[in-house]
Amino acid sequence: MEKFGFSLTKARVIDYDANDRSIVSYILEREPSLNLCIECGCCSAACTTGNFTGFSLREIHILLKRGENDLVRQKIRKCMLCGKCILVCPRGVNTRNVVFLAKQAFTKNEGYEF
Amino acid sequence: MNFDPFIIPFNIGLYFILIYAVVRSVIWFRELSRPDKLRLQRGFFGKAFGQSLKEIFLESLIHRKILKSNPRLGYMHMSLAFGWFLLILFGTIEADIFGERHLNPPYKAIFFKFFSPDHGKTFFEASYAFLMDLILAFILSGLVLAVTKRFFSRVVGMKKTTKLKPLDKVALTSLWLIFPSRLIAESLTSGAYGTGSFLTGNLGAALASFLPANELAYPFWWLYSLSLGTFFVLLPLTRYLHIPTELFLIFMRNSGIRTGDKPGSFSEVEVHSCSSCGMCIDVCQLGFSAGIHTIQATYLMKGIRNSDYIHDIAHNCLMCGRCDQICPVGIEISPIRMIVRRIEENDRVYENSWNGYFRNRLNVPAPKQDNKPSYDFLPAPVSKKADVLYFAGCMTHLTPSIKKAMVKILDASGLNWSFIDEDGGACCGRPLMLAGNDREARELINFNSQLIWKSGAHTLVTSCPICYKVFRESYYLDVEVLHHSQFIKNLIDEGLVNMNFLQKRVTYHTPCELGRRSGVYEEPKEVIRHVATLEPTGYDDENSLCCGGSLGNIMLSHDKRRGIAEDVTARLTANDPDSLITACPLCKKTLAQATSTRVVDIAELVAEAIADAPALKKNPSRHKKKVVRESAASL
Repeated sequence: MEKFGFSLTKARVIDYDANDRSIVSYILEREPSLNLCIECGCCSAACTTGNFTGFSLREIHILLKRGENDLVRQKIRKCMLCGKCILVCPRGVNTRNVVFLAKQAFTKNEGYEF
Repeated sequence: MNFDPFIIPFNIGLYFILIYAVVRSVIWFRELSRPDKLRLQRGFFGKAFGQSLKEIFLESLIHRKILKSNPRLGYMHMSLAFGWFLLILFGTIEADIFGERHLNPPYKAIFFKFFSPDHGKTFFEASYAFLMDLILAFILSGLVLAVTKRFFSRVVGMKKTTKLKPLDKVALTSLWLIFPSRLIAESLTSGAYGTGSFLTGNLGAALASFLPANELAYPFWWLYSLSLGTFFVLLPLTRYLHIPTELFLIFMRNSGIRTGDKPGSFSEVEVHSCSSCGMCIDVCQLGFSAGIHTIQATYLMKGIRNSDYIHDIAHNCLMCGRCDQICPVGIEISPIRMIVRRIEENDRVYENSWNGYFRNRLNVPAPKQDNKPSYDFLPAPVSKKADVLYFAGCMTHLTPSIKKAMVKILDASGLNWSFIDEDGGACCGRPLMLAGNDREARELINFNSQLIWKSGAHTLVTSCPICYKVFRESYYLDVEVLHHSQFIKNLIDEGLVNMNFLQKRVTYHTPCELGRRSGVYEEPKEVIRHVATLEPTGYDDENSLCCGGSLGNIMLSHDKRRGIAEDVTARLTANDPDSLITACPLCKKTLAQATSTRVVDIAELVAEAIADAPALKKNPSRHKKKVVRESAASL
C-alpha cells in the first residue's frame, strides 16, 4: 500500500457512559456548590500552585465531571489548600472542600492508589 | 440505731464510685507519656499543689469564671457544687460531734437525722441545725434555677442550653431528686419529733399537722438513698463524670501538661471534664450568625465521649477560638478538634468496654500515605541576602494594596530588606494543617524554611496572621517573626518613619489568628492610635469576632460565610466610622464584600499617613532596581 505521509490519530473521545463518575458524585453529594461552577477559570488565575506549574483547578473540575479520574488523581495532590480560589470565585463554589473531598474519595476508594 | 436497710443503695453507689475513681485514675496515670508522668509527680509534690488546691476551690466549687461572665448561671452551679460540699463537710462534723461516737461511716453523716431524730433540742444543737437548713436552702435555690433553666434557658441568661442523651436525663432526674427528697425526709422526721430549724422544722410541723409524719418519712429516706445511689452508679456513663475528672484536670494542667497533637490521657481527661454547661454555645458565631447549632464544642466533647460520628462536627468550625476563651473549665478545645481532624473519617479512637464504664484507646493506624512528595515542582530555594525579610503570603497577593503599602513602608524605613515571595511564593502550610494534612504541610514548611535560612536575615515580617502563627509555632527558625503591625510599631518606637495624623474615626477588627491565637492585641491598636482616632466597638481583644472567611472551616458554604461577614460588619460599624481597620488580608477581603464602609488594612492606613518628606535612606538594592526600570521605560 502506498504511503502518502498521512496517518490517523487515535480518536480522543470522552465516553460519558464508560467513564467512572463515582468520585464526582461522592463530591457533589457532600459539596453541592460544585454544581454552580461555570468554568470561568478565576480559580486557576489566582492559584498559588498554578504560579509554579500548569495546575488548574478549572481543569480539575472539568476532568472530575467527565469522570477522568486518573488525570485528577495525578494532579490534585499539587494543591496547597491555600484558599485563594474561594475568595475569587464569582459563583461561591467551596473549592477547597472539592479538593479535600476528592483527596478523601481517592484514599477511601480501594480501587485507587493515591 | 446503727443500721437500716434503706442505706444499702447509697452505700453500693458510694463504694462503687470510689473504687471506680481509683481504678480510672490509675489507668489515666499509666497512659501518660514518661515526661508527663514526671511533670505530674513534680506538680503533685511541689509548688503547683497549692495552686491546684486554690484553683479547685475557686473553679470547681465557687465557679468563679462562670460567676464573672454570667452571675445567675454561676450562682446555679455554685449553689449545687459549693452547697453540696458544705452539706457533706458540715454533715460529717455534725455526725462526729453529736453522734453516738466519733469517726462514723459516711452514711451516718448523710442520713444523720434518721439515726439521731432527737437531735436539735438544745440551743447549740438548734443553731447547728439552722446552719444545716441554711445550706440546704442554698442548694435548693440553685436547684430551682437548674430546673427552670432546663425548660426556660433564658432565665439564667442563656439563649440555648445543651441537648441531653437519655442516660444523662436519668442521671439528671436522680440528681434533681436528691435534695427535695432529703428536704421532705428530714422535714417529716423533724415534724414527728418536733426538731429542725426554719426550713425542715417549719415544713415538718406543717406536714405533721395533717399527715402521719413518722410513717411517711421512711419512704422518703428510701427515695433519698436510692436517688443518691443511682446518681453515683450512672455518674461514669454521663456528663457528671466531670465532677471528679475536673480535679484531675486541674492537677495535670498546673503540672504543665498540655494537649499536644495526639490523642492521649490528658485529652481524654479534658473531654471528660466538660460539664456540658453550654457557655460555648452562646459565643459560637456559627450558632448566632449562621444558624448552625450542632457543632459547638460541648457537642464535640459529647461526640468523643460517646464514640459518635464526629467528622463533620470537627471540620465544621471556624477555629476562631471564642469557645477556648469562654470555657470555664479551661479545656483546650481547638487542639482537641485538630486531633480529631487528623484522624481519618471512619477511624474510631475509642472502643467502649464494660458497657461504657471503661474505654480502650485504639491504636489508630497512620493514614495511608506514600513518601512521594506532593510539591516536588517547587524550584530550588534561592533568596537574596538581607537583614529583614518580607513574606507577603498567598492572601496578601490577592490584596495588592496591602502589598504596595508594605513596600512603601519598608522603603521608607531605610532598612536593608528583601521581598521573598515577590513573584508569588509557596503557601506557609497552615491551611493544610488546619485541614489535618500535616505531612504535606511539612513539605511547604521545609521549602520556606530554606528560603529564610539562605537569606541570613534576622527578622521576618509577614502581612498575614495565618502565616505569622505558623512561622512562630511550626517552623524551626532562629529569626524574629513579626506581624507587620508589630513591625510598624517598632518602626514608630525607633522613629524610623515620620507620619501625619489623619483626621479619621476608625474601628479595629482583631483577626482571630493574630488576637486570640497569637496573643497580639496591643501593637495594632497602638499603631492605629498613632495615626487615627480609634473607637471601641464592644468586640475588642478577647471578645473579637471572626470575619467568617476563616480557612479553619473547610465545609462552610459561601452564603453562610457571607452571612457571618455581614453580621460582623454591622456590629463593628455600628457607630459609623470612616473606615474599618483590620490586620489580615483574608479578613479584609471577606469584610469588604459585606459592607459599604471602607475596609482598610493597618499597613494601608500607615502608608497613607507616611509623610511625603524625603525618607531617611532608601534601600540601595531596591533603589537600583527602580532606576533600572525607569531607564528601561525611557528606552
